[in-house]
Amino acid sequence: MARYALRFGALGYLALLLLVPVGLVFYRAFENGAGHAWDAVTTHQALHALELTLLIAAIAVPANTVFGIVLALALVRTRFPGRGLVNAVVDLPLALSPVVVGLALFLLYGRGGWLGGLAGHGVKILFALPGMVLATMFVSLPFVVREVVPVLREIGTDQEQAAETLGASPLQVFRRITFPAIRWAVAYGVVLTTARAIGEFGAVSVVSGRIEGRTETLPLYVQSQFEGFDTSGAYAASVVLAMIAIGTVVGLRVLHPREEVA
Amino acid sequence: MAADTAALERPVTGRSGAPLARGVATGYLSLVVLLPLAALIWGSRAGGLGAFWEQATRHEAVSALKLTLVVAAICALLNAVAGTAIAWTLVRDRFPGKGIVDALIDLPFALPTIVAGLTLLALYGPGGPFGIDVAFTRTALLLALLFVTLPFVVRAVQPVLLELDTEMEEAAASLGARPLAIFRRIVFPNLLPAILSGVALAFARAVGEFGAVVLISGNLPFKTEVASVYIFGQLQSGNESGAAAVSVLLLAISLGVLLGIGAFRRWRTRHDA
Amino acid sequence: MKAIWIALLGIALLAGSAAGASKSTTVDLVAYSTPKDAYGKIISAFQKTAAGNGVSFTQSYAASGDQARAVAAGQPADVVNLSLDPDIDLLVRKNLVPKTWRANAHRGIVSDSVVVFVVRDGNPKHIKGWNDLTKSGVEVITPNPFTSGGARWNVMAAYGALRRQGKTDKQAIKYLYKLFHHVPVQPDSARAALAVFAQGKGDVLLTYENEAIFANKKGVHTDYHIPKATLLIETPVALTKTGLGKPAAKAFFKYLWSATAQKAFADQGYRPVLRSAAKGYRFYKPPGLFTISSKKLGLNGWPKVNRRFFDPNKGIVAVIERSLGR
Repeated sequence: MARYALRFGALGYLALLLLVPVGLVFYRAFENGAGHAWDAVTTHQALHALELTLLIAAIAVPANTVFGIVLALALVRTRFPGRGLVNAVVDLPLALSPVVVGLALFLLYGRGGWLGGLAGHGVKILFALPGMVLATMFVSLPFVVREVVPVLREIGTDQEQAAETLGASPLQVFRRITFPAIRWAVAYGVVLTTARAIGEFGAVSVVSGRIEGRTETLPLYVQSQFEGFDTSGAYAASVVLAMIAIGTVVGLRVLHPREEVA
Repeated sequence: MAADTAALERPVTGRSGAPLARGVATGYLSLVVLLPLAALIWGSRAGGLGAFWEQATRHEAVSALKLTLVVAAICALLNAVAGTAIAWTLVRDRFPGKGIVDALIDLPFALPTIVAGLTLLALYGPGGPFGIDVAFTRTALLLALLFVTLPFVVRAVQPVLLELDTEMEEAAASLGARPLAIFRRIVFPNLLPAILSGVALAFARAVGEFGAVVLISGNLPFKTEVASVYIFGQLQSGNESGAAAVSVLLLAISLGVLLGIGAFRRWRTRHDA
Repeated sequence: MKAIWIALLGIALLAGSAAGASKSTTVDLVAYSTPKDAYGKIISAFQKTAAGNGVSFTQSYAASGDQARAVAAGQPADVVNLSLDPDIDLLVRKNLVPKTWRANAHRGIVSDSVVVFVVRDGNPKHIKGWNDLTKSGVEVITPNPFTSGGARWNVMAAYGALRRQGKTDKQAIKYLYKLFHHVPVQPDSARAALAVFAQGKGDVLLTYENEAIFANKKGVHTDYHIPKATLLIETPVALTKTGLGKPAAKAFFKYLWSATAQKAFADQGYRPVLRSAAKGYRFYKPPGLFTISSKKLGLNGWPKVNRRFFDPNKGIVAVIERSLGR
């Protein structure tokens, strides 16, 4: 009885907040026919935008994943001064509105900024790939850490300590005991990080300079289609992003088929 | 002699690589997060401390900050309940289409915010198919924020539920405990850290959200204008240091809330065995 | 032997420098969001001319204020086309655009438009003039003038129109107070405002004629009405200091006033500044058309108007916005 109440409650909430809106996105994308949708996402500009989005994600996601695992281990398994503060700081990037992320990066790497001189020496950060990758890393930083930390706390150190006393090296302990226990957490962290990395608009828009065919990611392409009154094209490109996000979850299932829980 | 003893000692957790790993993590955190934040804080004090305070305490700014923090808090709390319920349904329950629903959870995240705004406006605004029109109200603001923060608590709780050993629950059930009691006394304490993790993320995102709310909230000063929109307006009008000042104040408050959530977790989990 | 090596080296050097000379230059165009389609055509046409042969372009389109700040932060730009003067003045202050950017035949203005009213089909509330906007029950949509620089044209059109009716400065400002009380939402950009209006909110939308025409061309039905008294929107374009150093950029800049380029702007709904290019397009000339420099109406050019009305703290419109919430 309670099970059904819970199921319908949860699904009702999801329907209103997720399923119907997503359904509308797909509907709007194909409103003018599948052919039009396909054309909208296979233009030269769109394909380049997709490439760039995937490239940025391919750099930012692994970086944040490795960092996330390392920091989670440091936060939970070791003691150091300021641990609580670091824990809280990790979430802060999310609290910055994208316009402010752009402002901060301008203040740092822009003309007259602290590291503004780099551009003069030929090291292009802003309005080029490095700036966009940094902005993406900034906004997608916390997810792996946040996923792994509770699980690390949950599993405790018993098994790890046992392995250590039996002579296992730190790497062996990690590979054979810690990582298998946190793999789902890491996996969901990667899913969230990827979704944010491909879908980020605001901060990347500001630091990229939105140069068509060069620094335009797929979300920026969506915006430019919207501005040009090609709304179904904008939705079609959004569907591509949605498919990538769905793809990551599906890929997860394939790699780690879940044992059914009672 | 002293050198020999030092070599025999091992760090608390036996991880001799820990300092190096911490160093790498700190370096990465500094480059990606701390440096830009420092530049922002520096930019906000451009006019001096007096100017900072004046900018940050303007009526419109304060109103926007209050609205942002209150709505973000409500959003985070609603997520705690709904997110846990959804995670539970996705892990423990079985129904047709579960896999599909699970795969869609992250979409609010992957969709560009303009699409989120347009879709919510089309569905829950004037001319929407359900006859609901909450556009340009605080309800719309909350709705947009619930949309973009949906995945956090769900994805934070799911892995913990997956790793959770069901022995104790089964034992308690066989002893006659009701489902609610089992949840309250056995499951919930184990989920709390994960829920709080997700809540912290949801709060932070709700505080910083711009794109999804700017279309559907109407941006009326003192009524539905959130901090991110106010800051954007200041920036567009050339008041860069003012924009930075309000952002820094918002950051400081958010940091306080996040520290509070961390402290709460430590306090609650210490009461368990 | 040595002679052959020297000859070979000479040929190699010549070939190298010849290759360098024929290496294409790139012109960096940074513009506000709307004229993208027009520039697509203009750039293709320019590349077919002698001066444009082999010239490649980078193009960036986004909100005017965002673009100004990006260029100020170091985004490469040779030609900058923004939606109002103050955005270019920002770049002058940052020493990226010369003070003399207006010193050409068209005072740096590349295209014109006017402020118009977009109404519901059939205009059920009979909205024809500015006084109709403050009739009881009328809801007006306009972008927020602090997040969208272009929306400032809307506000000054309202002010100027009232002054033209003979109202004093004080009375015109009082009208602005009334007007803003009829604005239920202030979307952050012109495009967002059109989306909100199309969704069903509001009775009238204040926007620019070129936006309305372009929307119609793209199949988004917009029924617009040009009030008798309205403001001439003049969109500025400037060569940056880097642009001045590139012959191709200078040539492209000049080309913007050619018949082909002006016709491309007209095709997208702008009013060309080149009189001859307007042939074949029907643009209604409002009897009460005025500009931002119509001194008799209290409009003394953007620098003064911006300071008086749109200073984020003390500006008249800032004060009005703050009064809305009380």
